[in-house]
Amino acid sequence: MRGRSVALVAVVVLALIVVAPLVPSYPQTLLTQAVIFAILAMSLDVLLGYTGLASLGHAGYFGIAAYAVGILTTQHQAGFAVCLLVGIVLATGTAAVFGLLAIRATGTYFLMITLALGMVVWGLAFRWVSMTKGDNGIAGIPRPELGLPWNLSNPLPFFYFALAAFVLAWALLAILVRSPFGLSLKGIRESEARMRALGYNVWLHKYLAFVLAGAFAGFAGVFWGYYNGFVSPVDVQLVTSVETLLMVALGGPGTLGGPALGAAVIVLLKNYVSVYTKRWLLILGAVYIGVILFAPRGVFGAFRREPR
Amino acid sequence: MRTSRLSVRAAALLALLAFVAPFAVAPIATAQSGPIKIGMLAPLTGPFAQIGKDMVNGTELYLDEIGRQIGGRKVELIVEDDEGNPATALNKTRKMVEQDKVHLVTGGLLANVGYALQPYIDSQRIPATYPVMAADDITQRKPARYIVRTGWATSQPMHPFAEWVVKNTKARKIAFIGMDYAFGYETLGGFQQVLEQNGGQIVQKIWTPLNTNDFAPFLAQLKRDSDAVLALFVGRLALQFMKQYEESGLKAKLPLFGGGTLTDESVLPQMGDEALGTITALHYSQALDNPANQKFSKAFEAKAGKISSYYSEACYTNARWIAEAVKAAGGKVEDREGFLAALKKVELKDTARGPISIDKWGNPVQNIYVRKVERVGGKLQNTVIATIPAVGQFWKFNPDEYMKLPLYSRDYPPCKHC
Repeated sequence: MRGRSVALVAVVVLALIVVAPLVPSYPQTLLTQAVIFAILAMSLDVLLGYTGLASLGHAGYFGIAAYAVGILTTQHQAGFAVCLLVGIVLATGTAAVFGLLAIRATGTYFLMITLALGMVVWGLAFRWVSMTKGDNGIAGIPRPELGLPWNLSNPLPFFYFALAAFVLAWALLAILVRSPFGLSLKGIRESEARMRALGYNVWLHKYLAFVLAGAFAGFAGVFWGYYNGFVSPVDVQLVTSVETLLMVALGGPGTLGGPALGAAVIVLLKNYVSVYTKRWLLILGAVYIGVILFAPRGVFGAFRREPR
Repeated sequence: MRTSRLSVRAAALLALLAFVAPFAVAPIATAQSGPIKIGMLAPLTGPFAQIGKDMVNGTELYLDEIGRQIGGRKVELIVEDDEGNPATALNKTRKMVEQDKVHLVTGGLLANVGYALQPYIDSQRIPATYPVMAADDITQRKPARYIVRTGWATSQPMHPFAEWVVKNTKARKIAFIGMDYAFGYETLGGFQQVLEQNGGQIVQKIWTPLNTNDFAPFLAQLKRDSDAVLALFVGRLALQFMKQYEESGLKAKLPLFGGGTLTDESVLPQMGDEALGTITALHYSQALDNPANQKFSKAFEAKAGKISSYYSEACYTNARWIAEAVKAAGGKVEDREGFLAALKKVELKDTARGPISIDKWGNPVQNIYVRKVERVGGKLQNTVIATIPAVGQFWKFNPDEYMKLPLYSRDYPPCKHC
């Protein structure tokens, strides 16, 4: 099992490395976007797929890190390392605080609390004008300069850069979900009561999963800030959280490849179909409904036998 | 089982590649004989879809009038939906510039879209026009080299409007209520700056969230001892505000002034008597009595089945602006610097909104109209009661000193009389 998923990811990554230079710059930017959202979707899957907690505030941590990049680069001329560190620390810290409030709830109540907490981040982005420039957003974020021979302002090098981040995130998350900790998360998803009876600290497990998911969302957010060169309250709003949730649901919760695939499909579908028809939302909606009806475990999950 | 699983995964990968493949077909390099490609952004889905439609209709109307042809070259209009979302707008602009190889980018509605596109447009060196996006700083403190604004700056109508109010009405102490975002800040800011220089006072600022459903609690706070109220709302909120302003009994006591969008023709037909008497300022009114506007508004109504709004006029005139620039550049839109220079030199004497020229920061100098809602022939209209000619974005201020002041914001100018 382990060997096969590693091989699969290796094949996909290799294919991307080979294909990317062959396509023009616009699809390269779309692929970059897909890869960044894949990190975000995988991070949410730690909660949704592995722990069974559906969060509606995940864009918050993503956005906080993007805002950190925006503020640090445009006002303090900070370098990549500082932005990466601060972005992840802020996202993790926020998740650590929000987790204290959210984890006690389950089911619908958890959804509602995370929704509210996500709105708090949105409210801050929107109203703390001196810091975030409010509705106008922060523009002009320069691409990082790492002293590498490649100029990251160009689409292709930045794609490889984001792809490297994806591979790193995937590797870390793969280790995480296969570790004893990851297995106990799955146990909690299946039966919280039984895990508690077995003596596991369920609250702490869920809390740590929540914080780790926030950290990885922050990791994705740093790259999103650099990629777009722009951050605004739209990045932290509910729609972004819901879209991430859909990426996971579409791809296949409880796997890492699934959310990554879901992210790629949604990003590409959105930008591809909308070129041909104004009614692209209808088509996207039909895809969602189709997946939920015919492949409730997601596109990826549909072809994957749960090991019993 | 094992093989089928692998083949399924391979199929998934293939499906993924299938999405990418169509992009890989590089567009055929266009020689100068090919069509002139104009890429336009408009919100075609979401809460601003109606306005987006007005924008596209306005643009198409002009292009149809000239037979979709400028100086012997065909014009191709590529419209993309930006959902009113800056990240989407950026994506679609990348697509239009890098894949469709457009010669010019135009459109867009919301200020944050304008700010988001600016660095990309400048880095790609692609000429662009902003017919609607009015955020002040796009042509002020942080001017973009490749963007020509064919519309307006938010505070542009409000400066002369404040002076007009002081000179022509008895209102001195004015309370403000409006939407809590940059467009609101810049509308009030321009008004307050000039009002207070002329001896008036803003005595209250009430900022309402963009998703307000009920204005009653905000209206209850309005200072009843002020002389008048200045309001700024857009779209659905304008409709609701006007209704509740009357229902609360305030309309009879406090005259209502507003930013131009409060009674814009995109919402005016859906209003009733509650709108009567409201005085606003903008660079256009559907009721403007000049031949160009009569022709435009009649043609627009025939095409779109509704009356022209400032959004449709903005995009109609914007299309004409572009066409004039193409002609001036001898059709050589591939020469981006030459095309940009031509865009920055356009002067139109007879547009639907009156004569327009452009200042050196890339913002139009144009008439500002003070308009009063009246019922004429059974329909509400923005009757022009005063014309302030040739107003620039800095109005009577010295541009350099003006730009040293902070951008109008929630707290600037400060509310000294609150």
